Amino acid sequence: MIAVYLILFICLAGMFAQALVGHKPSAGRINAGFNLANFIVSLALAFEVLRRGALISADQQLHVDAFSVYLIVLTAFVGWTTALFSGPYMENERLHGRVTGRRLRLYYTMYQGFMFTMYLVLTTNNMGMLWVAMEGATLATVLLVSLYRTPESVEAAWKYFILCGVGIAQALFGTVLLYFAAEQVQGMGDNALLWTVLYTYAHSLDPNVLSIAFVFLLVGYGTKIGLVPLHNWLPDAHSEGPTPMSAILSGLLLNDALYAVVRCKMLVDRSVETPMAGYLMMAFGLLSFLVAVLFLHRQTDIKRLFSYSSIEHMGLMTFAFGMGGPLATFAGLLHMMVHSLTKSAIFVTVGHAAQIAKTQRMDQIRGLINTHPEVGWGLLIGTIAIAGFPPFGVFTSEFLVLTATMRNYPWLTPLLLIGIGIAFAGLFRHLHPMVYGPVPEGQTPIQANLWPVMAHLALVLWLGLAIPGVLSDWFGQATQLISGSSPL
Amino acid sequence: MVIAQHTLFEQATVLMAALVVFASFLMLAQRRLFSLIHLFAAQGLLLAFTTALVAYILNYPHLYISALLTLALKGVLLPWMLRGLVIRLDMHREVDSPLYPSVVMAAAASLLLFSYYVALPIAHLSTLATKNTIAISLAVVLLGMLLMISRRQALAHVIGFMSIENGLFFAAVVSTYGMPMVIELGIAFDVLVAAVIFGVFFFHIHSSIDSLDVDRLNRLSEVEE
Repeated sequence: MIAVYLILFICLAGMFAQALVGHKPSAGRINAGFNLANFIVSLALAFEVLRRGALISADQQLHVDAFSVYLIVLTAFVGWTTALFSGPYMENERLHGRVTGRRLRLYYTMYQGFMFTMYLVLTTNNMGMLWVAMEGATLATVLLVSLYRTPESVEAAWKYFILCGVGIAQALFGTVLLYFAAEQVQGMGDNALLWTVLYTYAHSLDPNVLSIAFVFLLVGYGTKIGLVPLHNWLPDAHSEGPTPMSAILSGLLLNDALYAVVRCKMLVDRSVETPMAGYLMMAFGLLSFLVAVLFLHRQTDIKRLFSYSSIEHMGLMTFAFGMGGPLATFAGLLHMMVHSLTKSAIFVTVGHAAQIAKTQRMDQIRGLINTHPEVGWGLLIGTIAIAGFPPFGVFTSEFLVLTATMRNYPWLTPLLLIGIGIAFAGLFRHLHPMVYGPVPEGQTPIQANLWPVMAHLALVLWLGLAIPGVLSDWFGQATQLISGSSPL
Repeated sequence: MVIAQHTLFEQATVLMAALVVFASFLMLAQRRLFSLIHLFAAQGLLLAFTTALVAYILNYPHLYISALLTLALKGVLLPWMLRGLVIRLDMHREVDSPLYPSVVMAAAASLLLFSYYVALPIAHLSTLATKNTIAISLAVVLLGMLLMISRRQALAHVIGFMSIENGLFFAAVVSTYGMPMVIELGIAFDVLVAAVIFGVFFFHIHSSIDSLDVDRLNRLSEVEE
């Protein structure tokens, strides 16, 4: 349990350290150091959970089980590799005069602040605290979206702030209703907002109140997942903010919002006997998936392209978790992991590509494979992986989702297959000229640190070829927890 | 159901609920920014008073703290900050009226009815007070959104946003007699930080489009001109 406190403490310490030294050139390395420390601690925590099962702190406020610990490790890993990338990247931005020392200090402080809220979301046992941390994540990132102070970025940040703020307010209303339902039950007392307590008493919670609460919770946290029609902030925030932000927003924030929804669904499912929560999630997920794949075709900005791809994948995961059942849940968990690894790798490569071409417009990024072979190959392989080609991990998880759909709702399978096909076409029609086209003038290679990309893609490849026994055990435990039965 | 059958406390809560939602309606109709801010402050004061009332009658001492927090934050600090911004950005003459005031008011009335409809399934397990207050706090949330939709001034958006927060807080105070203290502190902290960030944003928006009319924030769109 000490590890949990340590993780939260390291983030806070990181925040204070960066508030003091964030403007110095060494801040990027310090940031990476703090994140590496957290990654190591999170591995120790994962080992402890794997060996001893779910942990709960003495005052019951913190709770870590198989489901959350796997996301903690993922968060720590992506946070660390993105920090490695962000150091030289932001230094380059400073050299080009896009940011000043003061803004870099804000950037690094908020990077740590954002990581803190992410860990708090994953470790807290209190549904109210979960909300506070989710809102905190918005507050930490909103000033980073407008870091460049261009009119576009200010607009994107405003949209992000208002939409996510209003959206997440709905989740607070849902939380109040949850508390209201819990207060009707005798014996819960002051602990009525603790997830573990709610889960134990879920059978006796009033199903009417809980179904209304779930609608609000889904809309609220769904705004942060980027579910259509609440997704408008997502492409703007991703395209206008600094690229490392896009990588951690896509790789971490969206996952954690989905985590919150799944936690709520676990409660509601036990109280409401019908699969109402699941149906809602399936509908929202499928809608997001289908709308996002169509929008892929119309993009002109490279970061907007991949943020729509994020909406598509989040939709697919929401659909999988909504379907429930061991197979779909297992697929959803796996997809969460491979998507964050792949997407953050892609955003890192995209950041380099945009620095090489000095623009984010796709019609001006050409011939990357000639200018800078590593970046070109990275983008190509990343896109192949995210489009769901074998042998990458995304293929495995999408295949599992399809299998589960075929078993439970066969008439939805064609929709998914068509969607995946359209997404593939949408990604590759833009990708092909960017990687292979003739090199325009003035495009020069830059100093790039691509080993985080390679590490991520290698992991995704590994997960596609063979899921290691430890990891599949771990996914099995989480699936058992969420769906109530084992997939294996 | 005769209102006099209920305890004085329940009657008082229902009265407060009515006043809070009335303040929301007034905000929707108000065209001047200064008056909008004053109405928002009044809603904050009503909230603080309700919280203190619940704390006194039911003897929940921790609610006094949250009443104080509300009073300080929503009744004094935020309106004062917003007022200062209006003066500094030289906007106190500006009028921001919705395009179709009557449509907005009709929509507001239907939202209130809709909230009662949504709260219907909850009615069987609660008293007169909670039945009304859950519906009304939902209405305040929805009216706050309507305020944001119908206005163009960024400042009006912020007030809409904060009045949504008021609705949520009202729900927490009167239907569950407050959330646990940690959560309330957390929420208050988030609101405070949000308010500061809003203030920062006003200057960014003002310097980038030279006004706070959010209709002019239209550079990012899916369609290329």
